[in-house]
Amino acid sequence: MMNNTNQLKRADFIFKNENDWKEILAKNIKRSQQVLINELISSELKGRGGAGFPTGLKWKLSAEAESEIKYVICNADEGEPGTFKDREILSLVPFKVLTAMAICGHVVGAKEGFIYLRGEYFFLKSSLNQAISEFEEYCKTIHLDFSVKIFMGSGAYICGEETALFESMEGKRGEPRNKPPYPAISGYMNKPTVINNVETLAHAYTIFTYGAKRFYDLGVQYSRGTKLFSVSGDTPKPGIYELELGMSLTDFVNDFGDGDTKAVQVGGASGFLVPRKRFAETNIGYQGKLTGISLPTGGSMMLFNSSRSMYNVLDNYLEFFREESCGQCTPCRVGCQQLWIGIKAVKSGEKNALYLEKLLRLSETMQWTSKCGLGQSVANSFSSIVENFREEMIY
Amino acid sequence: MNKIKITINNHPVEIKKDTSILDAARQIGVNIPTLCYHKDLCIAGNCRVCLVELAGQKRLSPACATPCEDGMEIFTNSVKVRNSRKHIIELLLSEHNADCTRCYKNGNCELQKLASDYKIMTSDFIPLVPFKHYTIDMFSPSIIKDDSKCIRCQRCVRTCAGLQGVNALTVAYKGDQMKITSFFEKSMNEVNCTNCGQCVIHCPTGALTERNYIEEVWEAITDPTKHVVVQTAPAVRVALGEELGFAVGTRITGKMVAALRSLGFDSVMDTDFTADLTIMEEGTELLSRLKRALVDHDPDVKLPMATSCSPGWIKYIEHMYPDYLGYLSTCKSPQQMFGVLVKTYYAQARNLQPDKIVSVSIMPCTAKKFEANRPEMHASGYRDVDYVLTTRELAIMIKQAGIDFMKLEDAKFDRLMGESTGAGVIFGATGGVMEAALRTAYELVTGRDVPFDNLNILPVRGMEGVREASILIENPLKEWAFLNGVELKCAIVHGLINAKKLMDAIQSGETQYHFIEVMACPGGCLGGGGQPIPTSPEIRRKRAEAIYAEDEGMPLRKSHLNPEVIKIYADFLIKPLGEKSHLLLHTNYTARKRY
Repeated sequence: MMNNTNQLKRADFIFKNENDWKEILAKNIKRSQQVLINELISSELKGRGGAGFPTGLKWKLSAEAESEIKYVICNADEGEPGTFKDREILSLVPFKVLTAMAICGHVVGAKEGFIYLRGEYFFLKSSLNQAISEFEEYCKTIHLDFSVKIFMGSGAYICGEETALFESMEGKRGEPRNKPPYPAISGYMNKPTVINNVETLAHAYTIFTYGAKRFYDLGVQYSRGTKLFSVSGDTPKPGIYELELGMSLTDFVNDFGDGDTKAVQVGGASGFLVPRKRFAETNIGYQGKLTGISLPTGGSMMLFNSSRSMYNVLDNYLEFFREESCGQCTPCRVGCQQLWIGIKAVKSGEKNALYLEKLLRLSETMQWTSKCGLGQSVANSFSSIVENFREEMIY
Repeated sequence: MNKIKITINNHPVEIKKDTSILDAARQIGVNIPTLCYHKDLCIAGNCRVCLVELAGQKRLSPACATPCEDGMEIFTNSVKVRNSRKHIIELLLSEHNADCTRCYKNGNCELQKLASDYKIMTSDFIPLVPFKHYTIDMFSPSIIKDDSKCIRCQRCVRTCAGLQGVNALTVAYKGDQMKITSFFEKSMNEVNCTNCGQCVIHCPTGALTERNYIEEVWEAITDPTKHVVVQTAPAVRVALGEELGFAVGTRITGKMVAALRSLGFDSVMDTDFTADLTIMEEGTELLSRLKRALVDHDPDVKLPMATSCSPGWIKYIEHMYPDYLGYLSTCKSPQQMFGVLVKTYYAQARNLQPDKIVSVSIMPCTAKKFEANRPEMHASGYRDVDYVLTTRELAIMIKQAGIDFMKLEDAKFDRLMGESTGAGVIFGATGGVMEAALRTAYELVTGRDVPFDNLNILPVRGMEGVREASILIENPLKEWAFLNGVELKCAIVHGLINAKKLMDAIQSGETQYHFIEVMACPGGCLGGGGQPIPTSPEIRRKRAEAIYAEDEGMPLRKSHLNPEVIKIYADFLIKPLGEKSHLLLHTNYTARKRY
């Protein structure tokens, strides 16, 4: 799996053995909250779910919030099309995630943790529960009051949005909440809650094992450390790869492409499509030219070769969004429907090509006005596909 | 008090911390349009019409759901805001069956008004209505639900859950399929809907409307073989004016009577009369229950006794607390007492064939339509009340008839069942039935007026959701000696969410009352689901003031002094809780499922 090339800096932290988790846990819960937070902040770890919020700051805000009861939640509702890394982490190194959750509980003052597990990952539940009981057993021996429960999702994409996830856990309909207040202040059950992606927690484990510097030294400025990438599409070697952040898309395609790569979708359906002519100027990381704004996903890399119709790709994404919008807010619910039937109308000639301009303006309105990341990011794939492959939309 | 400094459209404002941008703007006279926002309801922030621009932020923020922060620079009418808002309105219209001229809410629709304010003359978007399989639920006798007019603002859902605690309406499905529906998508008449109509007065569009009987009533009026009798509920006279150009809280009783006569009703009488009659029956029932409890130590007697005037409350308790039906007063509501007496007492007195009488009631209520339709409401041998119109439907008829309402001379109700007292009038406000009952029961027991200044029992009035009051009975008349020293404990609730709180407290045994008044709607009947739209706490407060002013202006203010009530007992009913009363004025209830 791990072929070395000159261009791509491979890494192997996440899936490296987790046998030392007891030691790591015991050692770290003896450290002070402030020291742990500072370590995380100085590592510059950012949320690996895609939004890229600084993890240390998240923990800090929650630690400062005043409440008897707080929660730690691991977001394992991995629903972004083309992403499958969290499944692998939970299958192979679950103790890293549990350990990081417990350290987080120690830092913020939470005694309860939850793993919100994607409905389709039901098959992971029993092995995870086994790991949890072994983990809780150990916590007792070191007098750490921390428990973890699994909460099963039911298949709605929107429930990966953190506040919709809380609603879902509270037994309500999975609809995003208004922000502020943010989860660090008022999350699950309106209590201060740290909610982190599976991979973020796994990286936190790495940082608490090797120290912040080791992590910080990897990657590039603003995008420190490594990241798991779920590589799929027209590639001879689909799979999950841990790479340093900051690589250029040219290097990535040279390694993973099939020699005929026309475009790469970075960040799943809610991310951006990058055409071949922009590969060289595009870097993968939080401050890259295209990925400079926060993308609500992390690590999905879909490669398309010249046999693929970009119209079909967009049609597929929009059908997905039309169905997976929670339907609560106007721009997302109606906007997704309009974009979907809109490109069909242009394709069929029912609307002329200028209608694409109106749809682009609509996608921009959706970005400015939608309540949550779902509606806000439809414009990413829509505008990047329509602007770069206009003729494929029309003819 | 934490004050912060912000600017709205470059105008500096000092404001209390945590005020929403919407409230802050309204305080300085800047109006931000809204759709999903309603003063009665929790914040949703889902329509996105109230978006504003904040300096330094790319994305727009919903004014209703965003608290002001120190130093915020807010723009409510920037190019970006205006264009986005127009886009949102266009999107809503593309999903909405915008067949405005054929819509029942034409002229009183918030979406229509927005489209007009922003001059949405054309739309870029493809109409989505033909792609949807919209249905209209017309099975309920009270409420019609037309999904094609729904804009998913969820005001009805928040009303049904937050104000009423009923949860008959909820959200189902997601994405393009997302809709507002009931349990298992059953029709509204098959679920635990109480027909209170609060969803109707909170709906911004024509998605939820009352089932109207305007044409049926016109037909009856114009049929020369029919004698059409109309009764008007107490809360109608303080709200009808709002539909016809008067300020909120204007009393227009005399003009309303004149208008009804000019519409062609053969007899215009007053539900207040049977409100007074209800007090006689219900007051006597309460005293007899107290006697059974205190003197006979009857273990089967059910206390507290609960009022039974509000049909929304009746259906609610039938669904949610079926074990407590025995606690309800067996008295029919004033509307149904009136209906049965029209086709018996009135028919005899006027020498009319009951089958030639059409009995119409004007109610602030949509649940009254369901009540009139109940199988047990045929004690006269006929359907006791034939048609129930809401305040809004009456206003429509007055407009259709071309009556210049403002110019009408005040008129008086017809006799026999048209006399009322202030006690009957205050039935329209929360706490009113309690106050009227106490005025009569206290005097009946002690021979004296209630010990409150000018008969105004202020502790039972007000707009708090749950209120308690008690009256100590001292030196009663001889036959009521067993009540000496008894502190009569009462509770008053309005809005079914508060009824739930009270019932749960009673169920758990933590509170003990003798008498409870429950009104399904916020504010009582004056905030009923059949009243003019819009509603708000402020509007309900003004209507309540009007009701109490009407009471104070009446020469008679105690039910037992109503001369027509005295006459009906002398000529027809003989005595409260007598044989005829049992037959005609009392009823029983049906246990229903929770869904």
